[in-house]
Amino acid sequence: MKSTLVKSLVLACSTLVASHSIAAEEVRVALLVKAMGIGFFEAAYRGAEEARKELGDVEIIYTGPTSTTAEGQIEIINSLIAQRVDAIAVSANDADALVPSLKKAQQRGIKVISWDSGVGQAGREVHLNPSSNSLIGRMNVKLAADAVAQKGKTSGTFAILSATPTSTNQNIWIEEMKKSLGEFSNLKLVDTVYGDDLADKSFREATALIKNHPDLDVIVAPTTVGILAAAQAVSDLGLTGKVYVTGLGLPSELAGHVHSGAIHSFAIWNPIDLGYSATMLAYNLVKGKGTKTEIPMGRMGTLELDKNGDGAMAKPFIYDASNVDEFSSIF
Amino acid sequence: MLKRLIYSREGVLSIIVLAMFFGVGVISPDFISLSNSVSIFNDTSILIMLALGQMLVILTRCIDLSVAANVAFTGMFVAMVNQYFPELHMSLLIFLSLFIGALLGAINGLFVWLLKVPSIVITLGTMSIYRGATFLLSDGAWVNSHQMSESFIGLPRYEILSMPVLGWMAVAAIILFFWAMKFSVWGRNFYSAGGNPMAAFYSGVNVGKVQFYAFLVSGTLSGLCGYLWVSRFAVAYVDVANGFELQVIAACVIGGVSIVGGLGSVVGCVIGALFIGVVNNALPIIGVSPFWQMAISGLVIIIAVIANATSGKDKARIILRNPNANDEIRAN
Repeated sequence: MKSTLVKSLVLACSTLVASHSIAAEEVRVALLVKAMGIGFFEAAYRGAEEARKELGDVEIIYTGPTSTTAEGQIEIINSLIAQRVDAIAVSANDADALVPSLKKAQQRGIKVISWDSGVGQAGREVHLNPSSNSLIGRMNVKLAADAVAQKGKTSGTFAILSATPTSTNQNIWIEEMKKSLGEFSNLKLVDTVYGDDLADKSFREATALIKNHPDLDVIVAPTTVGILAAAQAVSDLGLTGKVYVTGLGLPSELAGHVHSGAIHSFAIWNPIDLGYSATMLAYNLVKGKGTKTEIPMGRMGTLELDKNGDGAMAKPFIYDASNVDEFSSIF
Repeated sequence: MLKRLIYSREGVLSIIVLAMFFGVGVISPDFISLSNSVSIFNDTSILIMLALGQMLVILTRCIDLSVAANVAFTGMFVAMVNQYFPELHMSLLIFLSLFIGALLGAINGLFVWLLKVPSIVITLGTMSIYRGATFLLSDGAWVNSHQMSESFIGLPRYEILSMPVLGWMAVAAIILFFWAMKFSVWGRNFYSAGGNPMAAFYSGVNVGKVQFYAFLVSGTLSGLCGYLWVSRFAVAYVDVANGFELQVIAACVIGGVSIVGGLGSVVGCVIGALFIGVVNNALPIIGVSPFWQMAISGLVIIIAVIANATSGKDKARIILRNPNANDEIRAN
């Protein structure tokens, strides 16, 4: 009797010590973003913090270069390896350039996932797409259709204002937009131009689009700088309500243009959810939860993986005058 | 007289710009309409003002790589002041943008003047510092159009005689510079300080001080352009005008401002900026592929530099031959 008591006491103590030592050994997850100071990634970091509070035993290292270069990210990856973090969740500036250093990280036992903007399969275990490319492409065309309907027309024309002509995700989305055109037979794509994610160049390209296509109804810009510059160009030319701008952007940046009427609606996945999910995935990989086909990600459910280790979070969320203010205070 | 005008660098450049302008007009007649010409000028205004400041710096054998970073910092600063104190009067904000720009320019100038450090080194450093400071100031956050006051965004767009205030500011800057560089001793000193620093020194010109003034003016204009840029595109973020310093220097080089100092004119500088403005606005209109756009812009700069190098040789010969070399340069 006495001995069992002592035994259980010892056992209890050792469990306490053990659990204490686990608590002291927090899982260190590095959230590596394209560049510091971008609203989208700041919001993702909020989501990561949310996951940290929920899990309790995670330390988040939010980091990234000062400009969107692959070189900057490689340097940081090397320093993260030296710090022996447990997991790296990266939104990559280049799909291939990061692979060698991420491979090195994996060889040292660090779990690597990519999110938002992926890296080659060899460089990571899992890639979390914010949404599937086909959903994003379709969403952009649907937004154009909504804007045409807003004008009270049954059919209309639209043009695409993209970022750089070499941007991988932009080009995939444009392809997907073209694919989904069959579904929207009342829409006609008249032009695709590139603003290089620079305010002045995007502004000029948007102005040229309007001049070259006098019957243009909608400009679709699946890029934050682009959609903002196009909306500004439309209101400067006094064409609010005649040419609508839509695409992907952040509520905090676009609220003004939604209220002025240059933008009827736009979409973006929720970066908070994205950062949350990425952290959850990284944590669960470190803890050995999850299989080759699915990994749990907390309140966001389960990520289903294809044979390449790719998974998609959800379809983009639409923002318009009814909800943009609510979200603009968040991201 | 006419012959001299046509054979002058400014004359040749104007002919090229006009030929390009009307060439695009053949493809897209709307391009040469009055309203579009005004909008191209308006679009180029910021580049013109920055190029005029840069011209002074290059004339004194220096270079200012920090202009675009200065634009970003000052733009962010006034945008944030406007965001937090929307009731502040616009004249105060413009004064603030001039003051901050001048301050950043003076930092460059003081290093060059007092420590005699090569300007390319100083401004390469301050370029990163100002850009970094913009990040620290804003903590990376954007200032968006709905966070700016109506007068803040509206002022450069306000039309007088169907041209926006932004364009008129460039006109004012051009007139002021033209007068200063042609008729004021203060303006002539930039030519002598860069054309022949030794001779300038012996004729009582403080070369370092003149260089300081050049950076001060370049900085002040950058500050003003910071406000103009941020209000024109109705957004302030860290990467504002990223890489724009190269366009500014290109405008000067194309306009015939000699990179080795002492040579250049206000008219040439303005036409050089307009050249870039027309290229930037024409290429999207005629639907040139984005890859060709980059290549064409680059090609234009190389051709201009080659033209510059050869014309620079002539001037050097004139200096060797002619004892009144400075007068020869002044006559330009």
